[in-house]
Amino acid sequence: MADITLRVNGATRTGSPEARKTLADFLRDDLNLTGTHVGCEHGVCGACTVILDGRAVRSCLMLAVQAAGREVTTIEGLAPDGEHGGHEGLGTLQQAMWDSHSFQCGFCTPGFVMQATAFLGDHPDADEQQIREALSGNICRCTGYQSIIDGVLLAAQRNRTLRNREPLSEERP
Amino acid sequence: MLAGGQSLIPLLALRLARPAVLIDINGIDELSGVSAIDGRVVIGAMTREYVAEESGTVADTVPLLAAALPLIGHEAIRSRGTIGGSLAHADPAAELPAVARALDAEFVVRGLSGERVIPAAEWFEGYLTTSRRPDELLVEVRFPAAEDDTGVSFHEVARRHGDFAIVGLATSLVLSGGVISDARLALTGVSDVPVRAAAAEELLAGERPSTELFDEAARRATADLDPPGDLHGSPGYRKTVAAAVVRRGLRAAADNAAKGSN
Repeated sequence: MADITLRVNGATRTGSPEARKTLADFLRDDLNLTGTHVGCEHGVCGACTVILDGRAVRSCLMLAVQAAGREVTTIEGLAPDGEHGGHEGLGTLQQAMWDSHSFQCGFCTPGFVMQATAFLGDHPDADEQQIREALSGNICRCTGYQSIIDGVLLAAQRNRTLRNREPLSEERP
Repeated sequence: MLAGGQSLIPLLALRLARPAVLIDINGIDELSGVSAIDGRVVIGAMTREYVAEESGTVADTVPLLAAALPLIGHEAIRSRGTIGGSLAHADPAAELPAVARALDAEFVVRGLSGERVIPAAEWFEGYLTTSRRPDELLVEVRFPAAEDDTGVSFHEVARRHGDFAIVGLATSLVLSGGVISDARLALTGVSDVPVRAAAAEELLAGERPSTELFDEAARRATADLDPPGDLHGSPGYRKTVAAAVVRRGLRAAADNAAKGSN
């Protein structure tokens, strides 16, 4: 056992995981953040993808103790801040994926959403081919992928619309 | 020894590796970093692949390495995976071993008996096996800076973007006045180690790029290959793909060199 302190979804969390425990199991079993899904458990399916210090990583390919002192964002942390504290509703990407029917059984969804969040953060103007490549490390057995790509493209488009609107309103006196 | 964990943790999860002791070297800051020293780019073993991918020094000085890095696994793998980890793991299907072999990189290992430098030609001994001794740690890898008029390509055939390629090729050509003065080719996925195509390199040196020349280079590069077969491709298929990859890789590298000199 090792005592660790880390930031998860903006809050300081502590735990005493066994040194051998993966970050994915720690998030689910110790912190009750079961939105992170564990599929293949050896880094192939992408279902356990979380964001570590701003970059997408596979939480099954990291030990929990390696996340000490780091900032982790899971699917639970993506919803916007609600009126009553905590997270409520859906973010832009989540809403766009909802609107595009990007989910069926939902098992792979948290991994896709986290990977797409990290990717759109760095590549807000990504085209379809770039999105396909960025998501090529995530496996979905239901959708055939097209609806997922559609959802991420729609989110990128909505983000652009929002971005274009903001500077205009600032420029006007 | 745990670096980025993108190969070792799957091996642990699948119980293919069951070490009694695991040492995590992620906390050693001195093992990370990219620097240009005396015509070489020195990369610390713990340098993450995405850091090298985003490095201006790597892009300007070792263009073949820069071409290979985006092809390694997927983005989330490169967030954690390290340069030294991939080269110490020595998977013959991986990109970095072929780059190191093509460029004659040098491996610096440190152990109780001191430090030694191992040339790439002696580093890769077999499948997942290097000449590093059990009491040694890979601390840095040195890549020579590319000459002017160098053209590079990393060309591979994979079933899906980010997968291990069925066959891949690291190519570096130096074109002086339209003539190839130096050719370096290293193949992935055709043996238990990355393979330099020496017969093709000899043929190419002193010649002008042409389709006929590259066809003949592909024949020579693959004549003596005896690739493994698996569910992704039979030995014969791999050999056919290797020849195609050599032709395309050479063409891409020649075009890249021509573009650079304009």
